Amino acid sequence: MKIGYYPGCSLEGTSKEYSDSLFAVAEKCGITLETINDWNCCGASAAHTLNHDLAIALPARSIALAEKQGLTEIVIPCAACYSRLSQSQLEMNSHFVTKSKIESYLEMSFSGTIKLLSVIEFLEKYIFPEVDKHVVNKLNQKTACYYGCLLVRPKEISSIKRSEDPIEMEEVMKIAGAIPVKWAFKTECCGAGFSVSKTDFVAKLSGKILENAAENGAESIIVACPMCHMNLDMRRPNIKEQIKKDINIPVLFITQALGLSMGISADKLGLNKHFVPTDTAVKCVIKKEA
Amino acid sequence: MARIGVFICHCGENISATVDVVKVAEVASKMQGVAFSTEYKYMCSAPGQDKIVQAIKEHKLTGIVVAACSPRMHESTFRKATAEGGINPYLCEMANIREHCSWVHERSEETTEKAIDIVRTLVAKVRRNAPLFPIKVPVTKTALVIGGGIAGIQAALDIANAGHKVIMVEKQPSIGGHMSQLSETFPTLDCSQCILTPRMVEVSQHPNITLHTYAEVESVSGFIGNFEVKIKMKAKSVDHVKCTGCGECWQKCPSKKIPDEFNAGLSNRTAIYTPFPQAVPNKPVIDRANCTWFTKGGKCGICQKVCKAEAIDYTIQDTFIDVKVGAIVTATGFDLKHTDFFPEYGYGEFKDVIDGMQFERLASASGPTAGVIRRPSDGKVPEKIVFIACAGSRDKAKGIEYCSKICCMYTAKHAMLYKHKNHDGKAYVFYMDIRAAGKGYDEFVRRAIEDDHVEYIRGRVSKVYEHNGKLIVKGVDTLLNSTPVDIEADMVVLATAIVANKDAESVAQKMHISYDKHHFFAEAHPKLKPVETNTAGIMLAGACQSAKDIPESVSQASASASKAIALFSNNEMSREPSVAAVNNTNCTGCLLCQDVCPYLAIEKEEIKDRAGNVLRYAAKVNSGLCQGCGTCVAMCRNKSIDLQGFSNEQMLGEVMSLLNKPF
Repeated sequence: MKIGYYPGCSLEGTSKEYSDSLFAVAEKCGITLETINDWNCCGASAAHTLNHDLAIALPARSIALAEKQGLTEIVIPCAACYSRLSQSQLEMNSHFVTKSKIESYLEMSFSGTIKLLSVIEFLEKYIFPEVDKHVVNKLNQKTACYYGCLLVRPKEISSIKRSEDPIEMEEVMKIAGAIPVKWAFKTECCGAGFSVSKTDFVAKLSGKILENAAENGAESIIVACPMCHMNLDMRRPNIKEQIKKDINIPVLFITQALGLSMGISADKLGLNKHFVPTDTAVKCVIKKEA
Repeated sequence: MARIGVFICHCGENISATVDVVKVAEVASKMQGVAFSTEYKYMCSAPGQDKIVQAIKEHKLTGIVVAACSPRMHESTFRKATAEGGINPYLCEMANIREHCSWVHERSEETTEKAIDIVRTLVAKVRRNAPLFPIKVPVTKTALVIGGGIAGIQAALDIANAGHKVIMVEKQPSIGGHMSQLSETFPTLDCSQCILTPRMVEVSQHPNITLHTYAEVESVSGFIGNFEVKIKMKAKSVDHVKCTGCGECWQKCPSKKIPDEFNAGLSNRTAIYTPFPQAVPNKPVIDRANCTWFTKGGKCGICQKVCKAEAIDYTIQDTFIDVKVGAIVTATGFDLKHTDFFPEYGYGEFKDVIDGMQFERLASASGPTAGVIRRPSDGKVPEKIVFIACAGSRDKAKGIEYCSKICCMYTAKHAMLYKHKNHDGKAYVFYMDIRAAGKGYDEFVRRAIEDDHVEYIRGRVSKVYEHNGKLIVKGVDTLLNSTPVDIEADMVVLATAIVANKDAESVAQKMHISYDKHHFFAEAHPKLKPVETNTAGIMLAGACQSAKDIPESVSQASASASKAIALFSNNEMSREPSVAAVNNTNCTGCLLCQDVCPYLAIEKEEIKDRAGNVLRYAAKVNSGLCQGCGTCVAMCRNKSIDLQGFSNEQMLGEVMSLLNKPF
């Protein structure tokens, strides 16, 4: 089976391991991911604060290209890209005037019929039916599933049902044999794009998230957003400075955790690419009883 | 030969700003059958109406068209004027050139053309109007009051004290409603039970009031002055005639773990129970869904064994009674959103996050903690308590755009009650803005802030979570440059939104009254008919219409009662004659009309010769029951049945006039 794939900048750069693990899991389940040819930046964080038309047009171009390519479904693993592409499609589909204006900018037609999938929707729809065959291990540890802000809103777009206390990632982690913990900071802001301009601010917010996860006994944090991952993983020195605590919990992408349960090697899943060592998580993996 | 007068209203500028009224009057004067045409600034004013009266006399008019607002607004006004002029009022019709034309279009020639077309259709109709006469129907001088909360109690007592019979139906085992659950009431802090229970007793003892508790309205048919109501008497399993209310049964009942509705789930009750010690009637019922006898097939039976009065009867079935009433006051009350509606405040999973009604029970002397405010999780008296106003209300994302109206006041009261009982405790209120517009209300809120030192923080709370046995309340102070505020609280009280009862929609459908998208019952006119519904003879009282506090509910209840009393002041009343009528010389008696009539208004009539021999059968309309829907007219194969005031000929006349075709 073939599903379209929109990488976005992160998955080709800072979050290469997210992309690697997604491909590995998909491959295991017999799914081929076909990248949209000549895809472009989704415009995240910058475009929609500067120019509304641009914020719609950038993602619309990639979607229009995917339509041209004959794709009917696209998985967009980055939460920010997913949010921008969905928002753009929603507006194109609901405002005729906007649609014709953007189409004239793009010099392409836009039908708006492509189904856009977040990584969670993708896993639910295509991986869940296959898991019985492929899940051979148990990720035998307590995990805190962290959604961040973009996966859960706005409700017109998000497939997440309980936006303030979502449970979809927990369902995935249960399948992977992990024990999801109850905690309070699932959807708190990590500081996102302020990572560069106001690092201290981000460190403070991300620090609170780590603290709450630790207090609730989490041994790893599971994410589905490259930005969240970067802030929680890379900013540890700044976080330590802010919260005066050393927290060593590794942060895994949901596809990496699921990959471990499918018996895919840690290297192939890019678990060697993190700042916070992930070996504590890898060591917890045990064979699933038949 | 028709002589129709046409009167064009400017409606101030409502019509004249977009429609060229002078031109409409001029064109109308040349329409077929029009003998007189004029325009005026306010046709509904006294001089405007006088123009109609004078014109009828001067020009010997036989029909009137008033081109103005919607007939729902002023049809009765102009029909009255027409009658005053000396012709049958039903020869007057309104052409709606305001809502249907001037309000929805820009000023242009086309707008004026449309107004002319509208006038033309009504002129064509009035040419075919026939004089009609109101239908006289008798009035049953008994009122039905649905709901025994404070609104229902007030309405029932007012009507009963005016000398009319009242039947009150309450679905719970006791009357009293939400007010009986409240601790103290704003803005005077008088005890709710102290002012309510005497009125409850008055209802039960009033010679004019028949009280049916544990009962529900099953169906309503008929019409104003003549409703027929079927009431379902739910099986109480206790013979209230024999029962002395001694209490032996509920003290011995072994099923003791049922969440107590009266205490908002903060304590438990037994399966055989009276909701609270001051209940009226103070006699128990068996909650069959939770009683071992009924759930485990005849096991237990303890209450029957201990009852010395032999009042317990497990074989009692639901029964139905039929009553005839002339007016109905709907006072079915409201419901509250519960804490599980709020994901950001823990989806109801934190025990010490409670709703306003639960706080009422904690603060009430008759409550589960005997009035000591203790938190539900461990029974400790909270040292810090946070109140969150507008929980759910005024929140489009939650689907509740409206203001729940009473929360600002009861939150101030709650904070005050807490401070009065715990002088060293800290109370915080997060609010959006304070709406305290009633008499003595703002003074009350200021008292909470200034005298009782409740800390009011203007801002919303984004999240509440548990941490080391405390509830962390994450909010923002928008008056302090949007500073984030984190409070470690022991208890959080949500002023949750007031919503319609779960069964409000089905109640409205049974009553044939309209309701809004939130299932609150709709008044007939938001300003001028605030207590009536669109179904004549059915009135609204209390929070079933919208969120209301006690003074407002009581006022509306008295207003509803006065409408019922006014109706009962006549022995008979007149109804609009827009009902179906049968031409029984043409009618073949096929009675297809009878099958489709939703109001069961069509009977079979015997057509006899002078000797009394039955020649054939024809349909006959009971004009008391007919609601004028016209379904029978559409069904009739040979046009023997027609709707008075909206006849086929009138309707076709209107259509043909638009096409400019002779008819």
